[in-house]
Amino acid sequence: MNIVVCLKQVPGTTEVKIDPQTNTLIRQGIENIINPFDTYAIEEGVRLREQHGGKVTVITMGPPQAEAALREAISLGADEAVLLSDAAFAGADTWATAYTLSRAVAKLEPFDLIICGRQTIDGDTGQVGPELAEMLDIPFVAYVSQIEEINGKTIRIRRMVEEGHEVMETTLPAVITVVKEINVPRLPSLRGITRSKSATIPTWGIQELGVAKDMVGLAGSSTQVIKVFFPQRVCQAEILEGDTVQQVDSLIEKLRGASLL
Amino acid sequence: LDYFLNEQQQTIKGLARRIAEERILPIRAELDEKEEFPRDIVKDLADADMFRVFIPEEYEGLGGGCLELCLVVEELSRVCSAVAVSYAASALGCMTLMEYGSDEQKQKYLPDIASGKKLGAFAVTESTAGSDIGNIKTTAEKVDGGYLLNGTKQFITNGGEAELYTVIVLTDKTKGARGASAIIVEKDTPGFTFGKKEKKMGIRASATRELVFKNCLVPEENLLGRPGLGFIQALRLFDRSRPGIGAQAVGLAQGALEAAVDYAEQRVQFDQQIITMQAIQHMLADMAIQTEAARALVYAAARHVDSGAKNVTEESAMSKVFASDTAMKVTTDAVQICGGTGYMRDFPVEKMMRDAKILQIYEGTNQVLRNTIAINLRKRKARTA
Repeated sequence: MNIVVCLKQVPGTTEVKIDPQTNTLIRQGIENIINPFDTYAIEEGVRLREQHGGKVTVITMGPPQAEAALREAISLGADEAVLLSDAAFAGADTWATAYTLSRAVAKLEPFDLIICGRQTIDGDTGQVGPELAEMLDIPFVAYVSQIEEINGKTIRIRRMVEEGHEVMETTLPAVITVVKEINVPRLPSLRGITRSKSATIPTWGIQELGVAKDMVGLAGSSTQVIKVFFPQRVCQAEILEGDTVQQVDSLIEKLRGASLL
Repeated sequence: LDYFLNEQQQTIKGLARRIAEERILPIRAELDEKEEFPRDIVKDLADADMFRVFIPEEYEGLGGGCLELCLVVEELSRVCSAVAVSYAASALGCMTLMEYGSDEQKQKYLPDIASGKKLGAFAVTESTAGSDIGNIKTTAEKVDGGYLLNGTKQFITNGGEAELYTVIVLTDKTKGARGASAIIVEKDTPGFTFGKKEKKMGIRASATRELVFKNCLVPEENLLGRPGLGFIQALRLFDRSRPGIGAQAVGLAQGALEAAVDYAEQRVQFDQQIITMQAIQHMLADMAIQTEAARALVYAAARHVDSGAKNVTEESAMSKVFASDTAMKVTTDAVQICGGTGYMRDFPVEKMMRDAKILQIYEGTNQVLRNTIAINLRKRKARTA
């Protein structure tokens, strides 16, 4: 199987701080990690390769230092990696990101399966996976918690839904996004680490991908982040005194007073 | 202190620490309580290539030596000494094979040890042969098609869990120790069974069992080296493995020191953190000094072994004695600093203190090893006199 795993390098913390002057993320002093959901995607790709043969190629779009995330993915079992990096890619929204990834994936043809994490922990949109499938015009399944069977050109998967799960079958190639229930990611291996240090990772920019400048990065984005801010928290609490009957009475009175009843 | 570890050694140490903290730490108390062999952890270690560390590259290993093995053992032992010894015992079980085995024998067994698919174990101790290892009674009688083994080995680490056993047997009982030989016995060989699982004071998650041989026929090609070399092979093996016990001790002491510092920092008595009290500070400082000194000696002894030096007996014995005495002292003091809390089984230093004791006993008691060191001192004096 030819598997492509898309990953993103994100700040290794859930407590991001925002510079109040510029409204941008403060990235200083924060270690970058592979987006945690993407580690399940890598692991699932590596497991499928171990079962069915083939190879796992990891790709990411990001600044040059995102190469570290790709090397880590190789230490975790990925075979090859491609870094999508170009000044023109900067400021991309999910649409421009998915477009860039789709051009890269097209270059990696033939592929059978593209695996992404369900969402990133910094952007939290969960849009890139489905957009990517749409642009490649192939089937898409989100929130996959188990791959039950891969049979030639079809895949049967189990996906998480609100109250339970669905079992679906679709043709390959396809894009899936995975949830953390799908596996327990392995730790790197010593041979994997050695391989990751010496691996050659090509960088593809707009030239290699053959894409127009105005289709990628900020220029290719249909949305723009105008402002990032912490919502003002206004919280007024009042504890009602007395026994239950008294509390209910005073609650009704207050709700009536506020014309809510 | 900077021990000038190369890049690969740092990688090995770093990954071993990660496995210890991410995989072993959450379950170490449970493993100890249930006296359960850590099979899942062994799998994690295998997946991370840890069993390749001590195997030569031509047999699918990473070609590391005594120091690399020590680095892994130290990091594992910092979190759980029982896991560390289970790992180290696999190395012990194939070191004689690596040194004396034919290419064919190595090709047959080492790749599976390297991948972690199979575990190794080494067996010399018997009920009549502890420190007096020359007094073994297990016999291997030459018969058509191989050797017929009879006898019982005692206190064998990884007993029942390992697939590959290097066993010291008497191929010629008329010659005593000079009639001993090393032979490989595979698990599931007819006539080879396991006796009772020992209930131990410490390192409880590790498997310690009897090996029982009753007319167990082992093919002749399983003999390692020439017959009659077994006693020398065992002595040489321990000369090279003892820094590993030292590393186990260093890791254990380090873990106990860290736990004691953590506790002393958060424990408040008489309105002050107890780490601000000189009585505690001096204890912690002594623990740190001893642990670092033990580490320096263990690494130096391991490097001496890896240098290919002909005689490493003294240095390796020194590293084992010093580090294990240190581990016993440091873990005991860690319990003392943690007071009543430290004595409770909910708290890790209690286990560490129990785990430490065996280090002064196995792979040569510290008393026997002091004899060994003293004999060498006398020999040198006699030569120069």
